[in-house]
Amino acid sequence: MPAPTQLFFPLIRNCELSRIYGTACYCHHKHLCCSPSYVPQSRLRYAPHLAYATFCRPKENWWQYTQGRRYASTPQKFYLTPPQVNSILKANEYSFKVPEFDGKNVSSILGFDSNQLPANAPIEDRRSAATCLQTRGMLLGVFDGHAGCACSQAVSERLFYYIAVSLLPHETLLEIENAVESGRALLPILQWHKHPNDYFSKEASKLYFNSLRTYWQELIDLNTGESADIDVKEALINAFKRLDNDISLEAQVGDPNSFLNYLVLRVAFSGATACVAHVDGVDLHVANTGDSRAMLGVQEEDGSWSAVTLSNDHNAQNEKELERLKLEHPKNEAKSVVKQDRLLGLLMPFRAFGDVKFKWSIDLQKRVIESGPDQLNDNEYTKFIPPNYYTPPYLTAEPEVTYHRLRPQDKFLVLATDGLWETMHRQDVVRIVGEYLTGMHHQQPIAVGGYKVTLGQMHGLLTERRAKMSSVFEDQNAATHLIRHAVGNNEFGAVDHERLSKMLSLPEELARMYRDDITIIVVQFNSHVVGAYQNQE
Amino acid sequence: MFYWLLSVVRRQKTSRRWQNWPSVRSSSTAAEVHSVALPAQAQVVICGGGIMGTSVAYHLSKMGWKDIVLLEQGRLAAGSTRFCAGILSTARHLSIEQKMADYSNKLYHQLEQETGIQIGYTKTGSIFLAQTQDRLISLKRINSRLNVIGIPSEIISPKKVAELHPLLNVHDLVGAMHVPEDAVVSSADVTLALASAASQNGVQIYDQTSVLHVMVKKGQVTGVETDKGQIECQYFVNCAGQWAYELGLSNEEPVSIPLHACEHFYLLTRPLETPLQSNTPTIVDADGRIYIRNWQGGILSGGFEKNPKPIFTEGKNQLEIQNLQEDWDHFEPLLSSLLRRMPELETLEIVKLVNCPETFTPDMRCIMGESPVVQGYFVLAGMNSAGLSFGGGAGKYLAEWMVHGYPSENVWELDLKRFGALQSSRTFLRHRVMEVMPLLYDLKVPRWDFQTGRQLRTSPLYDRLDAQGARWMEKHGFERPKYFVPPDKDLLALEQSKTFYKPDWFDIVESEVKCCKEAVCVIDMSSFTKFEITSTGDQALEFLQYLFSNDIDVPVGHIVHTGMLNEGGGYENDCSIARLNKRSFFMISPTDQQVHCWAWLKKHMPVDSNLLLEDVTWKYTALNLIGPRAVDVLSELSYTPMTADHFPSLFCKEMSVGYANGIRVMSMTHTGEPGFMLYIPIEYALHVYNEVMSVGQKYGIRNAGYYALRSLRIEKFFAFWGQDLNTLTTPLECGRESRVKLEKGMDFIGRDALLQQKQHGVYKRFIMFILDDHDTDLDLWPWWGEPIYRNGQYVGKTTSSAYGYTLERHVCLGFVHNFSEDTREEQVVTPDFINRGEYEIDIAGQRFQAKAKLYPVASLFTHKRRKDDVELSDLHGK
Repeated sequence: MPAPTQLFFPLIRNCELSRIYGTACYCHHKHLCCSPSYVPQSRLRYAPHLAYATFCRPKENWWQYTQGRRYASTPQKFYLTPPQVNSILKANEYSFKVPEFDGKNVSSILGFDSNQLPANAPIEDRRSAATCLQTRGMLLGVFDGHAGCACSQAVSERLFYYIAVSLLPHETLLEIENAVESGRALLPILQWHKHPNDYFSKEASKLYFNSLRTYWQELIDLNTGESADIDVKEALINAFKRLDNDISLEAQVGDPNSFLNYLVLRVAFSGATACVAHVDGVDLHVANTGDSRAMLGVQEEDGSWSAVTLSNDHNAQNEKELERLKLEHPKNEAKSVVKQDRLLGLLMPFRAFGDVKFKWSIDLQKRVIESGPDQLNDNEYTKFIPPNYYTPPYLTAEPEVTYHRLRPQDKFLVLATDGLWETMHRQDVVRIVGEYLTGMHHQQPIAVGGYKVTLGQMHGLLTERRAKMSSVFEDQNAATHLIRHAVGNNEFGAVDHERLSKMLSLPEELARMYRDDITIIVVQFNSHVVGAYQNQE
Repeated sequence: MFYWLLSVVRRQKTSRRWQNWPSVRSSSTAAEVHSVALPAQAQVVICGGGIMGTSVAYHLSKMGWKDIVLLEQGRLAAGSTRFCAGILSTARHLSIEQKMADYSNKLYHQLEQETGIQIGYTKTGSIFLAQTQDRLISLKRINSRLNVIGIPSEIISPKKVAELHPLLNVHDLVGAMHVPEDAVVSSADVTLALASAASQNGVQIYDQTSVLHVMVKKGQVTGVETDKGQIECQYFVNCAGQWAYELGLSNEEPVSIPLHACEHFYLLTRPLETPLQSNTPTIVDADGRIYIRNWQGGILSGGFEKNPKPIFTEGKNQLEIQNLQEDWDHFEPLLSSLLRRMPELETLEIVKLVNCPETFTPDMRCIMGESPVVQGYFVLAGMNSAGLSFGGGAGKYLAEWMVHGYPSENVWELDLKRFGALQSSRTFLRHRVMEVMPLLYDLKVPRWDFQTGRQLRTSPLYDRLDAQGARWMEKHGFERPKYFVPPDKDLLALEQSKTFYKPDWFDIVESEVKCCKEAVCVIDMSSFTKFEITSTGDQALEFLQYLFSNDIDVPVGHIVHTGMLNEGGGYENDCSIARLNKRSFFMISPTDQQVHCWAWLKKHMPVDSNLLLEDVTWKYTALNLIGPRAVDVLSELSYTPMTADHFPSLFCKEMSVGYANGIRVMSMTHTGEPGFMLYIPIEYALHVYNEVMSVGQKYGIRNAGYYALRSLRIEKFFAFWGQDLNTLTTPLECGRESRVKLEKGMDFIGRDALLQQKQHGVYKRFIMFILDDHDTDLDLWPWWGEPIYRNGQYVGKTTSSAYGYTLERHVCLGFVHNFSEDTREEQVVTPDFINRGEYEIDIAGQRFQAKAKLYPVASLFTHKRRKDDVELSDLHGK
C-alpha cells in the first residue's frame, strides 16, 4: 500500500505537529524522557510502524479523501532520486583495510567498514576505531549519546586512551611519564582510523590529557613491581570506570576557562552508552555499557549464517539487570527504581557514561548547578531532579565484558547502536552482511560446459545475476549496505527504494520519530590467520 | 626426423573442437618447419610465427631477400592469430589503414591460387550500422574516403540493410554503410599459406624456438640468443604480438614497444535451423559495441566492451593464453546487444565463449618501424584487434622499409618513433588500453583527447595555467593548453561536447585569436622539442649544412626555417635553427619529433667527431608572446627597445627579462603574427610568466591556447610537420622554394631529388582552400582527410583545417594532384592547373565550394589598423 503513505508526509507538514504527536507518536528523547506524562509504553519504540499503520490502514474513504486533497492543493512531494539517496547514505561511510604487506601481517582483522546515519540533528552517536601501537590489537567502538552529543563525543575521544593505558606494561608507562616530565617526544599510543567528520575537540585536549596522565601516574604508583600479565578484561573495566569517574570529577572541579567549564558540565550532564571490541589475534573482548550490541557473524558448514550475541543489553528487557538494580537499592525502592521499563521512569539504558543526574547526590547536583554558568541554570532539564531519588548512584558505567576466542567460521563482527537493532532482527543483520561480504567474492562463474544452452536462456540467467549483483555493488561498504536495509527494507526483507527515499527525505524535526541515529561498524576477520593460530596450538 | 611437416590436422590435436574451421581439413602442402639445428647466421631473424611474422617473411622473400630465419616459440599461427575472428574489414579511420587492409584483401584473395593452400576466403561484404545521426556522419566520412582510394562502398537505408541480412532488427537504425568487398578468412590458414610461400622462397622456419634476447653492439643488432643457440644477424624483426613488449625489454638496451593485452571475448553458436549462408554479410554494430559474422551456419559474435579487462600487466604467465576462462557475466552487455540486434537468435544453441587476448597500443594505431635506439631492430606489432585486416599490408610496408629504407607510403602515424620511452610504463599502458579498447567502437569525433595516462610531462606553469581555466590536450605525453575557459563560462560535459559540428569553445577561441591580433597573448609552448648542437670547430656547421636544405651559415643571432630532408627530398622534420654562436646551434622541432629527430641526427652523425648533441627540451620553458603589443610588453620588461629596427624578424638574442638573465628571445611566433618566443631556463619560468602577465595587463594581455595558435597558423597557410608535411612531401611541393638553397655551396641530403623535381615539376602541390558556401553554425565542420575535388574529379585530400576568425571562413589545407583522366597516372601540377579549377571539399558526403590559393591571403599580414576602426570597446581590459 505505498500510495497512501506517500500522501502522509505532505499532510503531516500542514497539520499541527503536536496533534499527531499526541495520537500516534512518542517523544523525541527515547532514552531520557523529560515529560513523563507523554511516556508511552516501551513497545512504542516501534512507533514508526504504528504510525504507518494508523495512517495506512484507514478505510478506503479516508484515503480517497486525501487523494482528492492532493489534487486540490499543490502536491508537496520530496522524492529523492537514487543518486541523492546514495549520497546521503554514503556521506559518513568509512573503510579501513589492514595493510596487506606490512612485513609481519599477523592481524586477524582484514579491515572494517563503518557508517552512520543521523536522525537527531546534530547526530548524537559516535564511533571510534584505532590500532594500539604499544601493545597489539585493535579497538573499535560505537557510542550512543543521549541528551545531547557532549558525552558521547568525549567518550569517543578518550575511552580508547584509557583502555590503551590500562593495557600498557609498567615499563612503557614509565617511559611515557619520563618523556612528559623531561619534555621529550612521546611514544604514540594509538593510530586512529577516522572519517573526516569524526572530530576531536581541540579545546579540551589539554584537560583530557592531564586527567589521563593522572591515571597512568596512579597506575605507575600502584604497580607492585611484579610484572604480572595484564588481564584485558580487568583493563577494560578499569578504563571504563576511570573515565566515567574523571568525567564526573572534572565537572565537580570545574575549569577557569568558561568555555571549558561549560563543556565539562555538558559532558557530565549528558550521557552515552558504549560498546567496545578489543581484537588481538584470536582473542576478542567486548566491553559493553548500555544497549548497543556486538554481534558475531558465523558461517556454518552449509554456508548459512547464524548470529552469536557477544554482549547483553543493559535495559529493562534484561532480567539480570533488573535484578542487579533491585539488589543495589533498598527494598522499598523496588517499585520505583524501574518504572515503565525505564530507570526511575526516565532512562532506558541501565548503564551509561555521564548522566550525573543519576549518580550524584541531590546536594552535589544543586551545588554544581548553582555555581555553574548561567546557561546551566537556565536549563530546565539539568535542574530537574529525578523522582524517587533516594539512594544514588542509580547508574554506573561499569561494563560487562565478554570474551570470545575466534574460530575460522567467525567471519565478522557487527557493532551497532540500538538504532539498528530496533529495526532489524539480529539474524537478518548477520545474513545481510554475510551475503554481502561473500557475494562480493564468490559468485560462481558460469560455464557452458557440455550442456545445451540457448542464447536466450543464457541471457535470462545473466540478467538475473546482474540484478542481484547490482544491488550489492551499489554499496562498497558493508555498513552502508546494512543501513540501506535497515531504513529501506519492505515487509519482504528487500530494499524498497521508494520507502528508502521517503525515510531519508523526512524533515529534521520528524526524522527522530521514525528512526534513531544508526551507527555501525562491521569488522571482517581473516579466517586464514585465525585458522593458523588454531593450528599452532 | 629433422623435418616436421606441419599438417593442420595436427594443430587440431590441441583439443579445441570449436576450431573446426571449414578449411582446416585440407592438410595440403604446408611450410617446411625445422625443429632443430639453427643456422649460425642469417641476414634477418624474424621472431613470431603469427600472421605478422609470416607476412613480413613472405614479403621480404618476394622482394629478393632470401637469407631469412623465422622463429616461433610454440607452433605457427598460435597466439592471437589462432583465435582471430577472421573478419577482414577495410573500413578504417586512417587512410593508411584503409590502404593496408585493401592490400591484405587483395593478397588473401589470390593467396589460395598462389600457394594451393585453402584459407577459407569468402567475400561476404560488411555492413556498419548507425543507430544515431552522429554515427552515420562518421560512416559517411569513412565512406567518402574509401571511395576515393577505389574501395567500393555506399551509404544505405535501414530498409536496404534488412534486404541484405535476413535476421537483423533494423527499427532503431538511421542508416548504414555497406562495403561489399570485405571478406572473412581463416587467419590461421592465411598464416600457414604465407609461411609456405615464404618457405618455398627460401625462408627457414623453426618452431618451438624462443628468442631470449637480441644481441646488440654499438647500437646495432648483431644476433639473437635463443633457447636453442645463437644466430648472428643484421636485422631482427619483433613480430611477437602480445609478447613484443617483454621481448623488447629483454634487451640490454631495452627497446620500448608500448602495447598491452586485454581479454577479448566472442561467442560461437551452433548452426541455425536454416543454416546461414557462408556469404552472409558481416555486421558491425558499433553503437551496440558488437560485431557478428556467419560461422559454419551459425554465428560468431564478439565486441569491445566499455569495461575491458587488461591482463598480463606483470608480463608473467603470458603463455597461459590457452587456458583463459570464459566470463559470461562480463559478456552479458554484449549478449544483450546481440539479442536486441538479432532477436531470433534466442533459441540458438551456444557452442562456446572464446577468450582470446588482443593487444592494444596507447593511441589505437599499430606499431611498425625501426627502433630509435637499436639499428636493425624492426617491430611490427600492436594490431588493436585488426591483425588480419592489416597483416598483408603492414608486412609489405615493413619489408619495403627494410629493403628500401622507407615504405612506399607515409606511415608516420604508425611509426614506433612516435612514442617516447616514457609512454611505456606498465601502469600507463594498463590504464591507457582500458580507454583504447572501448574507443574502437566509440564515436570518433574531431579533437578527441585521451583521458587516461595524463599529466605525465608538464610545464612548470601547469598549475598556474590550470587555475586560470586552462583545458588541456596531450602531445607526446606533454600537456598543452587548448584554450582558457573564462571564469563566468561553463562548457559542456565531456560526453556532450562530442560533435562533428561547431564546438562549444568556438567563442572562447575567437576571443583569444582576436586578442592575438589586436593586443597580446601568451601561449605556453614548452612541449616543443629542443636540441642543442655544438662542436669544437666547424663540425656542427658542416653537419647541419649536410642535414638541412636551407643555408645554415648565417650570422650569429639569426634564425633559419629549414627542412630536414631524406634522400627523396621529403621532410623528415621541419624545424627552426637559431645560431647561438659560431659553433653552437639551437634547434626547435615539433613536439612529436623528440624521438624521431634524435634518431635521425644520431644516425647521420659522424662516429667520432667532436659534435655534442644534447636534448634540452626539459631545460627550457617556452612562452610565445603573440600580438602587436608583445613589443611593448617585452621592452618594458627588459628596458631594451624591441621594435623591428632594433630587433628584426627571425632574430635571436639572450637577454634579461624581469630579474631573470639568459632568456633566449626569438622574434618569431610560429603563426606569422608579430611577437616573440621566449626560451626560459625552467627555474625562471614562473618569474618571467608572472612579470609578463603583470606588465602585460595594461596592454590587454591574456592566456591563449593551441586552438588559437592553430587557427592563426592555418589561416596564414603555415604547414606543420606531422599534420601537413611528411616524409613524402618536399619543400617544392608546398611552396617553400625559398627555404631550400640548392646552390649553398655544398651537398645536402635530398638535394639531388629536389634538383630533379625542380627540373621536372612537382606532382602534387600544397594548397590553401577557403570554404565559401559553408555555414559555420549549421554545417559539418571539416577536420582532416576530406577528399578534394577539382572540376568534379578527385585530386587529393586535406591535411588540416581550422576556422579562420579573420577571414570568417573555414580554411582547409591539403595536397592537390593531377591524375591523368585516362590512365590515372600522376602528372605535373602547375600553378596554372591550380588556378584553372573549380574546387569542392567533400565533408561526410556533402560537397562545399572552395577557393584554392597557392599563396597566403596578403591582407592578413598588414597589422596596421585604420584610425576610424578604433572604438570604445578597445579601451576595455581583456
